[in-house]
Amino acid sequence: MRSASEHDKVEGFPVHFALNLVLVSSESRSKVLLAMARSTSKDAQALLHSFRSAYAATPTNLKIIDLYVGFAVFTALIQIAYIAIVGSFPFNAFLSGLLSCIGTAVLAVCLRIQVNRENKEFKDLPPERAFADFVLCNLVLHLVIMNFLG
Amino acid sequence: MARNLVGFLVLVLAISICEAASIFQPISESHRSAALELFTPTDGSFGSLEETYEALRTFGILGIQKKPHIGTGSCQSVSETLGSSSSTTKDLFFALKVNSILECKIDEAIFQEITSRLKAVVNDGNSLLDFYYSISSLALIKDQNSKVDVLLGDADGIFRSIKALSQSDGRWRYSSSNPESSTYAAGLALEALAGVMSLASSEIDHSLIDTLKNDIVKLFDSIEKYDDGSFYFDEKLVDAREHHGPLSTTSAVIRGLTAFASLTSGTITLSGNKILGLAKFFLGIGIPGNSKDFFNQIDSLACLESNRISVPLILSLPATVLSLTKKDQLKVKVNTVLGSSAPPLTVKLMQAFISGSKDSSVIESQELGFDPENAVHILDVLPKSVDVGNYIFVFEIVLHDSVDKKIYTTGGQTQVPLFVTGVVKIDNAEIAVLDSDLGSIETQKKIDLAGETSVSLSANHLQKLRLSFQLTTPRGKFFKPHQVFLKLRHETEVEHIFVVGNSGKQFEIILDFLGLVEKFFYLSGRYDIQLTVGDAVMENSILRAVGHVELDLPEAPEKAPRPPARPVDPYSRYGPKAEITHIFRAPEKRPPKELSLAFLGLTLLPFVGFFIGLLRIGVNLKNFPTLAVPATFAILFHLGIAAVILLYVLFWLKWDLFTTLKTLGFLGAFLMFVGHRTLSHLASTSAKLKST
Repeated sequence: MRSASEHDKVEGFPVHFALNLVLVSSESRSKVLLAMARSTSKDAQALLHSFRSAYAATPTNLKIIDLYVGFAVFTALIQIAYIAIVGSFPFNAFLSGLLSCIGTAVLAVCLRIQVNRENKEFKDLPPERAFADFVLCNLVLHLVIMNFLG
Repeated sequence: MARNLVGFLVLVLAISICEAASIFQPISESHRSAALELFTPTDGSFGSLEETYEALRTFGILGIQKKPHIGTGSCQSVSETLGSSSSTTKDLFFALKVNSILECKIDEAIFQEITSRLKAVVNDGNSLLDFYYSISSLALIKDQNSKVDVLLGDADGIFRSIKALSQSDGRWRYSSSNPESSTYAAGLALEALAGVMSLASSEIDHSLIDTLKNDIVKLFDSIEKYDDGSFYFDEKLVDAREHHGPLSTTSAVIRGLTAFASLTSGTITLSGNKILGLAKFFLGIGIPGNSKDFFNQIDSLACLESNRISVPLILSLPATVLSLTKKDQLKVKVNTVLGSSAPPLTVKLMQAFISGSKDSSVIESQELGFDPENAVHILDVLPKSVDVGNYIFVFEIVLHDSVDKKIYTTGGQTQVPLFVTGVVKIDNAEIAVLDSDLGSIETQKKIDLAGETSVSLSANHLQKLRLSFQLTTPRGKFFKPHQVFLKLRHETEVEHIFVVGNSGKQFEIILDFLGLVEKFFYLSGRYDIQLTVGDAVMENSILRAVGHVELDLPEAPEKAPRPPARPVDPYSRYGPKAEITHIFRAPEKRPPKELSLAFLGLTLLPFVGFFIGLLRIGVNLKNFPTLAVPATFAILFHLGIAAVILLYVLFWLKWDLFTTLKTLGFLGAFLMFVGHRTLSHLASTSAKLKST
């Protein structure tokens, strides 16, 4: 890239010219960094834009599952924030709350993998069957969680 | 030769005095009060007729007046037993025994009936107990009612049948079928045979009586002996059914023997010593603890009191400790076993020697004077040769009348242990501190051990401490007490005890501190001096603090032994300890309630966000089945899931795992079924959509 070659050129000059060139190099350096930041942000924006447009194309049921995963993870984060404030006294309660969120998120991700029509591995698996597995596993998970909650 | 003979005689004398000295007291007031305590009637009666008889007989012998209302209650029981036809011979026997004491009014007809029953038992009887109870009952009836004919026709035959049960060693069997023999049974048999003799209508064959006398002599061969001179009978085989200890066995034999002896005109060759020994056995028991033993003791003594073989005379001393200072007199009583007066006799004091020593007697044989008012033999003044100490006095009873010698037995020489006490003079008591090498006296002080003196001395480790005194008995001889101790006690309560030795009258101890430095643990300081002089016969034993000595001992080297630790106050070690208050684990710090509630709200936020997000996406229920049956299943499916969630909430709130699992099982099965139907319906509809 242009900025890199220019950087090399600046380094190549002898030292007794450095004083004169210091001012010149610092100025140019800041200009270079600004240019870098601008390009990175432009790239990020481009990335986000492309992601959003691609995401809009996903089917609704997958979006529901993604939303569910987001909701579970969010709940977990709030619990972690709580424990960071008050300390982990009923540790088993903390663990069970956290693991229920994480566990259900993981099961939802599995469901998403199985239901996604673009996934060739699970072409023969009917999505209702996957959903039934999801419900069953969730029920078992929550039984264990309730037991551990105390 | 003469020396050998003398030695042999001494040996024989020693063996004859081998019996331990002991004192037997005849029956006294303490027995009467004990009897009243033991035989206490409950609800006006003593219990069974046997117990009533034992109580009444004991009271009769001891001369205690019985309460009148006991008489009426017992009489009623007696007449009931005698009148009833279901009473056994044993019941009749004891009823008649009680009747002989109480003299209740019984109909002659009843006596007649009983007599005929008893005679039938006598004629048919084959066991010793049958014979014993029936014959004794008939003898009792004979005494109580003279009109009834109780005499036995075939006395010889009955005598022989009882005799047939005897063994060769003088013991008896209970029945011909039982081979075990017992001494107790022998006693019963003798009593039964005596009863036969008294009830015989014609004289019994003399040869039978002579064989019986031989049996008695053989029985007495199996008599056993204690060291103090008492004789007794005991069973060899222990019968588990009814064990008779030495007391009941011996009393049975004595009852039988005295009953038999009272009826025979000739003499039974039994040594008086054995009878005296039997009396000593009963007297040696003291006061028994239960009523049966008490009755056996008193009844046997009453039989011995007036038996026809020889009546034992007991020599006893009311006081076995004589004080020389009080000028006590030696008093001796001679009584029969029940405490009645003896025939005219003289008591001679044959010997007196120090117990445990092999010296000869310190006194010569002398007679004791007799005080007829108190019926006691007195020696006014103890001989001068009797000093303080523990003696054995040997007495001999000499009967005045030669006829009495055949009736009574005195037992030859009786040994009695005696203590003679007196005041032992302690004088010339001195304590001194001596210089070790020269032996010269640095400090010398006199101590008055009778009064209160307290000397204070000081010494260092190069010096010696000397304590000396003299002990003299009232008779002026030297005396060695049991305990002569000198105790030095340090301020830190470390004690050292020394025994004071003697040479003759002079007691002296020299403590050489140079040699004792290590024993004293190098502890310098003030030592309290305490002197103990004590003995059982010393009336003025002393335990006195004499004073104190300041000891200067050198410093303890490194390896010196440490003094023993102070004894711990037992109350501090074994007393109650400080109370432990349980410190509970400090409860964890909990966050403030508001914070927790705030976060609860925050946790529910994502759920709300989820729903909002769902709406934003454009969720719809278009795929919900519209037909009735699948719709029901679908609704049930959702309801089932909701029910399971509710179940989990209940589980968290109050249920336990078992009830939850049970309900979950049912709900789960239902949910499976319903879910399967719903989802398969959905799958089929989507498959149809795909294909079309």
